[in-house]
Amino acid sequence: MRVMKALLVLMLAVWASTAGAAEKEMKVGFIYVSPVGDAGYSYSHDVGRQAVEKMEGVATSYVEAVPEGPDSERVMQNMARKDFDIIFATSFGYMDSMVKVAKQFPKIAFLHCSGFKMAENMGNYFGRMYQPRYLSGMVAGAMTKSGTIGYVAAFPIPEVIRGINAFTLGVRSVNPKATVRVVWTKTWYDPATEKEAGKSLLDVGADVIAQHQDSPGPQEAAQEKGVYSIGYNSDMAAFAPKAHLTAPVWNWGVYYVKVVEAVKKGTWKPEAAWPGMAEGVVDLAPFGPMVPKELQDKVNAEKAKIIAGQQKIFVGPIKDQSGAVKVADGVVMTDPELLGITWFVEGVVGTTK
Amino acid sequence: MTSQIIIALLAAAVQSGTPILFATLGEIFTEKSGVLNLGVEGVMILGALAGFVVARQTGNPVLGFFAAGLIGGLAAAIHGVVCLWFQGNQVVSGLALTILGTGLANYLGTAFIGMAAPGFAPVAVPLLSDIPGIGPIFFQHDVLVYVSYLIPPAMWLFFARTRFGLGLRAAGEYPAAATAAGLNVLAYRWLGIVGGGFFMGLGGAYLSLAYTHLWTTNLTGGRGWIAVALVIFAFWRPGRAVFGAYLFGGIMALQLRMQASGTQLSSSILLMLPYALTVIVLVLSSWRKRTSDAPASLGINIAPAE
Repeated sequence: MRVMKALLVLMLAVWASTAGAAEKEMKVGFIYVSPVGDAGYSYSHDVGRQAVEKMEGVATSYVEAVPEGPDSERVMQNMARKDFDIIFATSFGYMDSMVKVAKQFPKIAFLHCSGFKMAENMGNYFGRMYQPRYLSGMVAGAMTKSGTIGYVAAFPIPEVIRGINAFTLGVRSVNPKATVRVVWTKTWYDPATEKEAGKSLLDVGADVIAQHQDSPGPQEAAQEKGVYSIGYNSDMAAFAPKAHLTAPVWNWGVYYVKVVEAVKKGTWKPEAAWPGMAEGVVDLAPFGPMVPKELQDKVNAEKAKIIAGQQKIFVGPIKDQSGAVKVADGVVMTDPELLGITWFVEGVVGTTK
Repeated sequence: MTSQIIIALLAAAVQSGTPILFATLGEIFTEKSGVLNLGVEGVMILGALAGFVVARQTGNPVLGFFAAGLIGGLAAAIHGVVCLWFQGNQVVSGLALTILGTGLANYLGTAFIGMAAPGFAPVAVPLLSDIPGIGPIFFQHDVLVYVSYLIPPAMWLFFARTRFGLGLRAAGEYPAAATAAGLNVLAYRWLGIVGGGFFMGLGGAYLSLAYTHLWTTNLTGGRGWIAVALVIFAFWRPGRAVFGAYLFGGIMALQLRMQASGTQLSSSILLMLPYALTVIVLVLSSWRKRTSDAPASLGINIAPAE
């Protein structure tokens, strides 16, 4: 018993000490849903935080692995009481807690990632990840030999469905007969399950594995089978150097620095921000050595079009899985439509249920 | 489905069943001595972390594997201290061990997330792996899977044919009689707890050293709890644990493959399958009154020596 007690006290002491902050002019706090070492989603946000840290007169601190729900509210309140000037909460499930805390601390700027709620001092933001996903789909479509591409995906929510659709449109732009098979894992981060999902796709003949998951599990599965993979979040080449073709990646620093500057100048206003490749918030990771030069050039040309605003990706005619035209010829899907998308485009094998 | 896909599915069943098998065998070993340890999940995850860290630091996955067993035994010893020394409630102590183990592993392991460590790669067994059907299913895995084949018969021999095994079972069935016969029941229960923890730790290491070569928070993902249920499914027999673990691993692998082959069934329903199976198994085994196969003194602390 005494040993257990001592251990508990020690754990509490160490845990409490992680929530410290330096004293400088401006304090910016970040809240992450997973540990920053995950090489995935939270890692990409933390790279953004480090860009803010380098700014003149700004100090940052973060709390990692904060569960969504009541715990996150406590963490936000704690930061707010310590006079933080800006708080970024980077997971969907923090939304309602942030709305609550934002009301109690009207002088602090609150920013919530991937949600849809706003308040007088709270904005939300996300990135147009579907743009680089389209480009990564082009790479996958050109590199597949079997015509079957596997996609390990977390949850059937609009963010993920939008990504699969953009990816498939990219695949079919270069390989009209290819199909994208989707397996849901119903988890963001479970390397064992994700790897098994990747293997199940390899078993049905997929020879490129893409993912909307935060662990490199599917990358490992592809490398072991000797086929190709498309990463996500950050450059995952280190986990599967022989398989990794490229990856749609986050580059949050650009956006975070801009927001912090605006708050400093007093020009910040809450908004629903959805920056994309043009702003540099999302990008494509460097190509692996197995991607032919011509294909790289082709994808880079398309990237330039996206940045210039000439390639909107979700432009009709777009058919759904049954072959019915969902988006008429020449019509561009609006942002609200994209944010609420719940159906798969033609070429996806799987169900959104 | 073609036969090739079925063979791939069965091979996947063996692999995804292996971590559960190690943990189930560990829990059987512990429960045979009369101690219920609900801390499997916590012990497993500490084993997974220990295995990963040691393999990374020494560059030797075999050392990592054994370190995982040792740390597993050590973690389970906390349960021993509470239940054997202080006569604490076994259910509460086990639950606490799960929470403590998960929290401790997640905290200590934060620094290792996203790092690479050497692990075990598949090695085909000569001759055996060439047998059609059987070969690819059972003999084209990593070494740890082959190790897991040896444990159930060894454990069965231990329980049925050795003095220590009989003593351990006596401690779980009728500790008073065992004491009267001159056995040190407390020592046997310590053996049950620490020995069981050793296997649970190995199960965790399988996840971080062979199944994936990664460490992350919550790597075990509830597999420890499945092991607890499988002990009842196996009627406390090591041989049946193999069947249960592979059945369970098979259903996990099957639901992913059904999705991959383009089923229109909702993934939520498919993901329920393994857990629905757990419930069905528990209902069936209690309906057939096979729970009476449980060690008679399971979960009952022995009175301290006067």
